[in-house]
Amino acid sequence: MAECHPVGFRWVMEAKRRGATIIHIDPRFTRTSAVADIHVPIRAGSDIAFLGALVNYIISNDLWFKDYVVNYTNAAALISKDFQDTEDLDGLFSGWDVEKGQYDPASWQYEGVEVSPAAGHREMFSGEPRAERGAIIAAEKHDYTLTDPKCVFQILKRHFSRYTAEVVEDACGISKALFEKVARALCDNSGRERTSAICYAVGWTQHTVGVQYIRTAAIIQLLLGNIGRPGGGIMALRGHASIQGSTDIPTLYNMLPGYLPMPKASYDTDLQKYIEFNESASGWWSEFPKYMVSLLKAWYGPAATAENQWCYDYLPHITGDHSHMVTVAAMADGFVQGYFVMGENPAVGSMNTALQRKGLRQLKWLVVNDFAPTETAEFWRKAPEIASGEIKTTDIATEVFFFPCAAHTEKEGTFTNTQRLLQWRHKAVEPPGDCRSDLHFIWHLGRRLKELYRDSTDSKDRAIRDLTWDYGSKGAIEEPEAEQVLAEINGYDSSEQKYISGYKELKSDGTTICGCWIYCGCYKDGVNQPARRKPASEQNWVAPEWGWAWPDNRRLLYNRASADLEGKPWSERKKYIWWDEEQKKWTGYDTPDFIVNRPPDYRPSPDAKGIDTLSGIDPFIMQAEGKGWLYDPSGLLDGPLPTHYEPEESVLKNPLYGQQCNPARMEWVRRDNPYHKAWGDSRYPFIATTYRLTEHHTAGGMSRWLPWLCELQPEMFIEVSPELAELRGLKNGGWATISTMRGEIEARVLVTERMQPYVQNGTTLHTVGIPYHWSYVGRSRGNAANELTAFIADPNVSIEESKAFSVQVIAGRKRSDRRAAAGGPLNESDSGGPERDHPPVQEKPGGKHGLKAGKTELTEEA
Amino acid sequence: MSKKWSLRKWPALRQIAERDPAGLGESAMSERTRALKPRTADADRVVDSVCPYCGVGCGQKVYVKDGKIMDIEGDYDSPISLGALCPKGSASSQLVAGTHRVKKVLYRRPYGTKWEELPLQKAMEMVADRVKKTRDETWEEQNKNGHLLRRTLGIAHLGGATLDNEENYLIKKLFCSLGMVQVENQARI
Ligand code: SF4
Repeated sequence: MAECHPVGFRWVMEAKRRGATIIHIDPRFTRTSAVADIHVPIRAGSDIAFLGALVNYIISNDLWFKDYVVNYTNAAALISKDFQDTEDLDGLFSGWDVEKGQYDPASWQYEGVEVSPAAGHREMFSGEPRAERGAIIAAEKHDYTLTDPKCVFQILKRHFSRYTAEVVEDACGISKALFEKVARALCDNSGRERTSAICYAVGWTQHTVGVQYIRTAAIIQLLLGNIGRPGGGIMALRGHASIQGSTDIPTLYNMLPGYLPMPKASYDTDLQKYIEFNESASGWWSEFPKYMVSLLKAWYGPAATAENQWCYDYLPHITGDHSHMVTVAAMADGFVQGYFVMGENPAVGSMNTALQRKGLRQLKWLVVNDFAPTETAEFWRKAPEIASGEIKTTDIATEVFFFPCAAHTEKEGTFTNTQRLLQWRHKAVEPPGDCRSDLHFIWHLGRRLKELYRDSTDSKDRAIRDLTWDYGSKGAIEEPEAEQVLAEINGYDSSEQKYISGYKELKSDGTTICGCWIYCGCYKDGVNQPARRKPASEQNWVAPEWGWAWPDNRRLLYNRASADLEGKPWSERKKYIWWDEEQKKWTGYDTPDFIVNRPPDYRPSPDAKGIDTLSGIDPFIMQAEGKGWLYDPSGLLDGPLPTHYEPEESVLKNPLYGQQCNPARMEWVRRDNPYHKAWGDSRYPFIATTYRLTEHHTAGGMSRWLPWLCELQPEMFIEVSPELAELRGLKNGGWATISTMRGEIEARVLVTERMQPYVQNGTTLHTVGIPYHWSYVGRSRGNAANELTAFIADPNVSIEESKAFSVQVIAGRKRSDRRAAAGGPLNESDSGGPERDHPPVQEKPGGKHGLKAGKTELTEEA
Repeated sequence: MSKKWSLRKWPALRQIAERDPAGLGESAMSERTRALKPRTADADRVVDSVCPYCGVGCGQKVYVKDGKIMDIEGDYDSPISLGALCPKGSASSQLVAGTHRVKKVLYRRPYGTKWEELPLQKAMEMVADRVKKTRDETWEEQNKNGHLLRRTLGIAHLGGATLDNEENYLIKKLFCSLGMVQVENQARI
């Protein structure tokens, strides 16, 4: 965190000054470790074993927060009697469907009722939506003594019982003493009086089990009562100025703004069905139709009527997974003609960059918007395979357009930071020359296309013709009015002609217009709320008048949980939101995340519907039953509980189960994306992990061109321990060649004790640390780490695994510039090896473009 | 200037007279340092902004003179950053004003070996034509089961995560309405 979110880390240091214990868990010793109280050098890819052991420690030592767990989580819920755990099936859960190659989650459900998952996970639902979904939540069965073997708490206890301190030693390379020190520190600092926070970044997400890493952290925080309370929570540290915003208003294939799912062709055949399959009968998602209709009204205006289902049919439908790597594999096979790359540099930042470039070579046209031509824009003349002569520029047919972009100071608009906080930037100066904002580019492109389709009578063109696109513009360059776009995102009431002040005002009758329901209120009263800048010194510590946080300017989600069952703060020290008996409402330092006048003693009647089903002690209002999910009965594709699986390419056999890898992972089995052996591949004996440096920014588009930053970190390098250096004859400051079957790169060597070998079961394991900023253009150049990585992904969110894979390292400069995606796999002999999967999983059907992932097959109809 | 006056300017005496034994306070000031002021004091305007790099969201003050950015500094009022910027945030004035910036549209024709410059309007027109052509050629109205698809898999998009919310909103709105489903972002990466 000190390296990649330096100014955010000042608050960690402030907490330390006030007595907090800082624990840093990272394979590397970094600037964060240097000031932490405890550094835990963990083997990359083994975090679930470590976190699972914490869960086991909390439960077996009876250190969980009883009132919180019994009342605010689903610990007491009874699970279907058909459920079988990884304990019973050697690393698999019940429900593996051999034919479809994926899990059927039916046996994971609550006894008697099937619930849909909360926000952000709805779109992950696989398979055919079930008729009983949305059944009355009151039918759920509980055992509040938490002793029934079928209750969540007992299942959790059993599932994690094998995650012991000894397993941590074997799987993570962390001593029992160090593990126990961390466990004690965490538990001592949780409870009524104290809370602990967990911060993570892509070191946790970029794995084939990335989502389950975060789930394990959520289980720990729920057991300790650390969610919805000040100083608690799980903080996703976002690496980009508006990566949170890019998810909220997603340019992601599976979502519409505000975490509404994209229509699926086979199921969501009309609006009625779409709503039926996606709304929830209880909890906040029962409001779903209001958000969807308001969005359609925002997009298609007067053309959207009740008779034509608010133009629902205008939306394109998805058939399976259309995520980034899936698209690029299809591109490399010639199935994509045109590609817009805006402020992104996949030829450096995405996996198996040679395969990315193979995709670019197959395009008819490519549009890149950036400050200067990046590696993605220059792939046709400067890529390694061009330099090596394997590919000739004059053979590449792709037309390339490079549009210079405006800087953040040359346009106005909002970023959403890592805390869900929207902050407006004012424009300082005009962009130079033909540089333009992406807003300018997309708006003018839209205007031109509307013009091109103006006279079309083809029904396929109705969406573009009816699209509302009348934003004002200003200045000689006709820059669209960003504030008008923000106002549409906020929404307005078409009958009363006023801006909507919050999502509770949205309606499903077409009278409200709202581009993103969770952002509703950001333009409340016609005031640009994200532009508010009341100085920190002039308001309370929550600073509610600086910018605007979604939803409803709420700074801490699920904050009802900061009060006890009766609505009183758990302790004076941790006071945040409480029930004011006199005023009969929730109040406190922040906007209450609850129905503001619902008293703590409210209990729904058995026939209650929608948000009336939420009782006064249901803080997790986005969940169907208002409870925090220790156990996830639906919404995840790889199991209801986190399970330790090894990375696709590991140095170890899974120490916990016979099933080596996540059975539901996405693989691309193709010659231009070869994998090493599951473990023990003597050709690739070392663990590799990639990361960022303080002085550069991801794929380098905003840093490798700046002399100041290039002077601070001028050159590509790898970090290795003195032990590995000795083993391989590597010299500090000298050259090393690092290779995988995908490619071969060279880098300078930094020999440092900050990297340490692990001794596990008598074997010494070495890690190679590889920063991934560099590539072949820019002012500071070097070989790209992602020439080494492979297309391989988590099934839930299709994120790649780049934080743990296997490599070879030898001393000296590279001899070739070989790439699997140009000349075929390196080191092709001897590729057989131990199986990653149990026999039923091995049957997983293969899909298009080499993709092996059950969920794609299930919804794919072609 | 009297002799007495110049003697009083002698630092050691000033340190005593001004009770500044360490010599780090007022006594260290010369007339010249007293007259110094930050470069930013001459700015015509100070514009509130936000750092474009990581997700922390530090506040920035952009100092403008004669329509040009003089400097970018941290914003002391921000409850997030209290005036601080890290190496990247501090380098953002070079990001916006550096010589690396390309100011013309560049075009590489099929099989071409070099970049050519294109007028912005012409380039926009060419891109719009290509979108229409590819879309029309690769349109899928329904699948073999008769379910609506209403889309094209012929065009894809990948956006960075330093784009504004307003930009992402219009990208999703336009591309979705054109039938593009392969709309992706760094947020997945
Ligand atoms: S100044 Fe540094 S820490 Fe702050 S937002 Fe910018 S990159 Fe992040």
